[in-house]
Amino acid sequence: MASGVKPRVKVPKTAAAGETITIKTLISHKMESGQRKDSDGNLIPQSIINTFTCDFNGQNVISVELHGAISTNPYFQFEATVPESGDFTFTWNDDDGSTYTDTKSIAVS
Amino acid sequence: MKISKLHPIMQLATAATLALGLGVAAQAEEGAKLIVNGEIEMVTRTAAPAYIDGLDEIISGWEFRSTETQALQMDDFDNSGMLGVDSALEAWNKVQGPEQKSCATCHGDVESMKGVRTVMPKFNEEANDLWTLEDYINNCRTERQNVEAWGYTGGSMTNMAALIAVQSRGMPMNVAIDGPAAPFWEAGKELYYARTGVLELSCASCHEQSYGLHIRADHLSQGQINGFPAYRLKNAKLNGIHARFKGCVRDTKAETYKPGGPEFHALELYVASRGNGLTVEGPSVRN
Repeated sequence: MASGVKPRVKVPKTAAAGETITIKTLISHKMESGQRKDSDGNLIPQSIINTFTCDFNGQNVISVELHGAISTNPYFQFEATVPESGDFTFTWNDDDGSTYTDTKSIAVS
Repeated sequence: MKISKLHPIMQLATAATLALGLGVAAQAEEGAKLIVNGEIEMVTRTAAPAYIDGLDEIISGWEFRSTETQALQMDDFDNSGMLGVDSALEAWNKVQGPEQKSCATCHGDVESMKGVRTVMPKFNEEANDLWTLEDYINNCRTERQNVEAWGYTGGSMTNMAALIAVQSRGMPMNVAIDGPAAPFWEAGKELYYARTGVLELSCASCHEQSYGLHIRADHLSQGQINGFPAYRLKNAKLNGIHARFKGCVRDTKAETYKPGGPEFHALELYVASRGNGLTVEGPSVRN
């Protein structure tokens, strides 16, 4: 697991049924490119977030594939329409096999 | 040969001075207001202190950035500099060293640091020297915690400086330049107007005489440091004041002074005093 990785998510706590809300996500991550060498001259293996997904009550909202040349601390902002109260689950997958998740609940009135 | 090569540069410098009026109009949207998180209102423009001859109005670097970059600083979630602040908060509470002390052991909640950033750098009677925020942090580490000092411009140091700066956000900068600080201030002023490097540029050449003009694809700011540590999009991390000074001097194609050295200490006091009245923004977002 890469050091200093911490997912952050901003979702409104409440919304009206069918309302379009804005979701912001940010994960602190080095996004090691695989191009750099350490002080001994050995190549540092690539370790980037390769996929990001957001699900709402088990239904996929957004799924993103990431490749090289995406900078450190990847930030996503997107919109979602919420039909009912429930949980947003956010998942980031790292090249090194780690998975980082976060969950946010929203109450729909 | 050398002299004829210098010539176009000197002509450019003259042209830059003449075009100043035009340049100021090239700033990002006039009258835009910096309000962080919808609650902390920043002073990004105010009258220059009386002891600054070259400026009538002091302007925060935020005003010179594009609308998109400006927006990043208006919400802590969008401000990636807050990642550094978060990691420094962990360090603040981390008990370590032979004394088994954290910053919080002596200082309590980090909110006790409120106002500290506004008076930095300041003259330290006990040490009989001018101390920056970084000096105070390292003194705590070596004298009270009995652990190794942080590198002056290292990541941990800059993050901690940002954590302490955040406590004073929205408060006006107010460094003292009189009394025992006066000789440092004079030395800093001397450096500010001293031309360095192959390009023979002083701080004033860009940041007093030419702010608002383009430097390549970017706008020159007044070089105010109220927003430091600054999260720079170019290197995706927080940058300290002396690291920025070093970059500036290097860009004049000169051997730079040492970050943490006496020259940059004096310069930091002088530059900070030029921004007395602007509010603490650290960590700001710049490009």
